[in-house]
Amino acid sequence: MASTSKNIPSTANPENVTDDIEPGACTDSILNPTDSFEEFASEMSSSLEERNTLAAKSSTISEIQSEIGESSKETLRETKSSDNLQSKDDSISGSASSSNLTEQNGEDTECERDEYLRSPELVNKEKHVFILSSAGKPIYSRYGNEDKLAGLCGVIQALVSVVEEQNQDILRSISTKDCKAIFLVKGPLILVAVSKSNESETQLVLQLTYAFNQIVSVLTLTQLNRIFEQRRNYDLRRLLSGAERLIDHLLIFMEKDPAFLLGAVRCLPLPEKARENITNAITSTCSKIRDLVFAILIAGNQLITLVRMKKYTLHPSDIHLLFNLVRSSESFKTAESWTPICLPKFDATGFLHGHVSYISEDCQACLLLLTVQRDAFFPLSQAKHTIAEKLRRSNCLVAINDALNRNKELPTTNPLKHIGIPEIRHFMYKCKSTAQLFTSDPISLDRLQDYRLRHKEGGDITEKKIEKLSDIDYVRNYRKFCSQIHCSSTPAKLIFRSNSENTVLAWVTNGFELYVTFDALMEKDHAIRAVDRLLHWIKKEEERIFIMHAPTF
Amino acid sequence: MKVVEAKIVVLGSQGVGKTSLVVRYIGKMFSKHISPTIGASFFTCNINLEDARIKLQVWDTAGQERFRSMAPMYYRNANAALLVYDITSANSFAAIKGWVKELQSNVPEPMVLSLVGNKCDLQESRAVTQSEAAQFAASIGAAYCETSALHDQGIDQVFLNTASELLKMSSSSLVSSLRSYDSTDTDEKLPIGTPTEEKATHTGKVELPALNADVKLGELQKSLCC
Repeated sequence: MASTSKNIPSTANPENVTDDIEPGACTDSILNPTDSFEEFASEMSSSLEERNTLAAKSSTISEIQSEIGESSKETLRETKSSDNLQSKDDSISGSASSSNLTEQNGEDTECERDEYLRSPELVNKEKHVFILSSAGKPIYSRYGNEDKLAGLCGVIQALVSVVEEQNQDILRSISTKDCKAIFLVKGPLILVAVSKSNESETQLVLQLTYAFNQIVSVLTLTQLNRIFEQRRNYDLRRLLSGAERLIDHLLIFMEKDPAFLLGAVRCLPLPEKARENITNAITSTCSKIRDLVFAILIAGNQLITLVRMKKYTLHPSDIHLLFNLVRSSESFKTAESWTPICLPKFDATGFLHGHVSYISEDCQACLLLLTVQRDAFFPLSQAKHTIAEKLRRSNCLVAINDALNRNKELPTTNPLKHIGIPEIRHFMYKCKSTAQLFTSDPISLDRLQDYRLRHKEGGDITEKKIEKLSDIDYVRNYRKFCSQIHCSSTPAKLIFRSNSENTVLAWVTNGFELYVTFDALMEKDHAIRAVDRLLHWIKKEEERIFIMHAPTF
Repeated sequence: MKVVEAKIVVLGSQGVGKTSLVVRYIGKMFSKHISPTIGASFFTCNINLEDARIKLQVWDTAGQERFRSMAPMYYRNANAALLVYDITSANSFAAIKGWVKELQSNVPEPMVLSLVGNKCDLQESRAVTQSEAAQFAASIGAAYCETSALHDQGIDQVFLNTASELLKMSSSSLVSSLRSYDSTDTDEKLPIGTPTEEKATHTGKVELPALNADVKLGELQKSLCC
């Protein structure tokens, strides 16, 4: 099969486009335009000592509290007292919840355990993820029953600690012919991915980091560290019960949505005016609520708008965790919720309190109002009803529904048809300055239906069937281009690869990252002209497909 | 018309059916695929009783252990509590004792307590006997009832009984956190945070319901000492 892969020097290419257009660029961003790959870089450069003591940085939440004139002392005391309560309660409710975790260790013979490792629940999966405590106690396994994996967890723990103690070194990965195992030690936890997929080490480390952040989001780093300081042997599943499902969903989500690959957030395409009205409805209603930090409206894993307290922005990975939380919690649909949420990048040490509710029964957009004030439920509940009413009156709910249902009349519903370049099969574009993403085939809600299936049923490696490729297949294909572009030693600026299956062009500039799949055996000149037109189209539609303003309260 | 506003908190271990119970009563439905509550959910409902209207603010809390430390936020100033356990789980029943202790030491004002044994459709795997539960309810001055959110048995009685106890309590005027006032106009403006659902979700009398053989599981037993 003819396959050429070469890097064209960046000077010799579509040129003039770069300087004057950076579609979607905006000086002020609601999101932290940080690269997801810097996570990996910092992870790789961390020393053994740093890694084992995950020091919590200063708390943004208490900073805000003191700024808005909360007597921060009082709040501090409050949290402390409830923490005491927590440990006191351990003894009370411990008996109740531990009953769900049937202790089977010790009863199994070694042979039975080995047998289990060969059972269909575990064999032939594309990617396993295991999470255990540094004492070797199982916490989470993507497939199978982690209770029966105590032996395996012991082996993992031994591998990690042998390298650490005897060689004063860090175990990062083990590669075999068709499989790689990636190890990540984060504070008191060990996370391991065992993968046969084409994801690079960097991408797998990133996914493990997300899984760790998901746990932090549920417990806070402070609580996580403290638990294991007090009892190294603690069974963390007691505190995570009900949250395994969040990790399950997150792992599927990461495999399917390129937003994770690129560290960017998808926005719901909306007419500029509609988005402006929505933002105004939120700012005008909430401007008087002093302790509100973020107001976020999302629908179908896409951001509609984000209004924030001055000075504070959100990291895309925090937004991804919010998407994941909303997506995997049916319970938010039945009533207004008052929920503690820790956003690890924003402040890993404490909880924000979130008023979470769907706008109305006929509009599946979810509003999150995040505050530092734990008693703010009623004013926020009132604000939510006012916002919902304003959105209804200004016809914004209709606009949101049209976008969600992918109304045929919208140019963003089927961008490829609208752009009119038949050779382009698929593209994805990330605007770097705003950390936002647009793809030619926006992830549709039905495609995510399989979220509801028990994860145990899927994940098997299957023989490739040749049929119509979906968004997910294209994204799979982009992974290796993406890792070449983000390679820390020799990053590529432009990759053009043409073979009998397809032609892929991956291009990164200061302003954007673009990945395009063309028909097979496409000429280079031709492809470059097409990309040029594509960028002009994105530029023309930028107000619709991206959030171009960064409103504050 | 007399209006009583009360806060009611639903407590109990994870998976005993707290949300199913509340959603069955207020939303009139049952879903097998309900996801665990995160933090707490807030509902409102109005119950018309005799000549009064009882406005309930219902806090349906999460049962997972990690939310335990948040519970004080929800039961503070509560006027009533539903203590829910699963009749097939002795542990969930044992956990109620912890909740009662916690309420007794942290809530200074009197509360209307109801002990609710949910999932009574699962008779064959029962792990908590009715007499054991009734005895415990009596010892803490709570009403006791067994319910099934699946078959909608006994739930109306739980809420009606709570409402009528709250009404009694409001006349005694000993409880400062319980708001009650007279209103000639039932459409007067709502207090902050109360959603606009103005219709009464239930109109009822407090006599013990006439039970036929099929619903005897939902029988309400008034406690002996309240």
